Amino acid sequence: MSEITPSQTVGPFFAYGLAPKGRCHWDPNGTYSWKETVGDNLITPDATGQKIRVEGRILDGDGMPINDAMIEIWQADAQGRYAHARGERPRPNAKFTGFGRSATDKDGVYSFDTVKPGVVPGPGNKPQAPHIVVCIFSRGMLRQIYTRLYFSDDAANDSDPILTLVPADRRGTLIAHKELRGELPVYRFDIRVQGENETVFFDI
Amino acid sequence: MTLVFPKESLSTFPKHLTPSYRSTVKRSPSKPLIVVPQTLSELTGPVYGHDAVQEGDADLTKQHKGEPLGERIIVHGHVLDEDKRPVPDTLVEIWQANACGRYVHNVDQHPAPLDPNFTGAGRTITDKKGYYRFITVKPGAYPWGNHHNAWRPNHIHFSVFGHSFLSRLVTQMYFPGDPLFPFDPIFNSVTDEKARQRMVSSFDLENTIPDWALCFRFDIVLRGREATPQDTDKH
Repeated sequence: MSEITPSQTVGPFFAYGLAPKGRCHWDPNGTYSWKETVGDNLITPDATGQKIRVEGRILDGDGMPINDAMIEIWQADAQGRYAHARGERPRPNAKFTGFGRSATDKDGVYSFDTVKPGVVPGPGNKPQAPHIVVCIFSRGMLRQIYTRLYFSDDAANDSDPILTLVPADRRGTLIAHKELRGELPVYRFDIRVQGENETVFFDI
Repeated sequence: MTLVFPKESLSTFPKHLTPSYRSTVKRSPSKPLIVVPQTLSELTGPVYGHDAVQEGDADLTKQHKGEPLGERIIVHGHVLDEDKRPVPDTLVEIWQANACGRYVHNVDQHPAPLDPNFTGAGRTITDKKGYYRFITVKPGAYPWGNHHNAWRPNHIHFSVFGHSFLSRLVTQMYFPGDPLFPFDPIFNSVTDEKARQRMVSSFDLENTIPDWALCFRFDIVLRGREATPQDTDKH
């Protein structure tokens, strides 16, 4: 029996500590804020590759927006390298961490500005299609849930070793759809925690 | 060091759907989670430079002009992996209610006073031995709307990273001997008694500072253990 510390919910009041500059406007008076450790803009001056925005809503089992969720993303850089001790280094874009955190706003909306990740090695050195690992925390979630975001316009999805393990009729919930508006190409990725068209979450 | 992340380690985690905690009813996946292999994408995770944390961020009693009201306490411990090896250089973030049981967050409408000298957020990075230390005040209990006369036991929220994105942990640290334990569905969402006790800090007299502050110890054990050696030399 393992002896790890059990998970508990992040609760409704995390924002002033974990996402102090975030979009949830926890403090309308702006009386206290400090430097965030991790924010929703991953684009560093040295970041290479295609700049994109990832945006969506997080919805509950009634289709209502979850306005007090926290979403974290972890991804490789445009060349498919993770900024991790185990990743390949040196990288020309050493400041790009590939890690982001966003709180949802009153409409359940989150977003990240980042770059589209490259292809990364998967099981048996089979390449994985570009993807972002997504982790969601919220009041009412006693433990985090993991999912993945794939890109609608990437042909590599068809042979991705993880995506192909997902029943074909549910794969679509992991695909972010490209929309052309604003300064950056937007990939729309709504997350339905429960119910009809429920997003695929991973047992991992 | 190669780490693996056995899924059996999660067996004492709460179930996503725990109806006694009402908010889980509409916020838990209803379809089976899909089993997938752990890949480089999950086995890597954020690494922090020390610039993410500033001097003084771990002392919640010195973030304003005056000292906060309440019982000053030290909370310290080690962040460890499943083999009880230290997890160095990892980010630990905390947030909590003030001594009256009120969060500074504007959604918290509990009619208890805010303390102008207390925000209730802190962060630090573990040292080479996986050690962390905060100075704060003991948070108060507070009511919530889950059921009639529902009160949360005193607790401090913790967010910890560890070696990979799979060792990521958000939890709550409780205080020993809290009379609210039997009535709290969040605490009891962990059904194994021993596992529940791993969320309860212990009173640490040895590190209590005379005439100044009580101390509580809270060790945090994250997912991840050293891979079984493939060679036979060690047998």
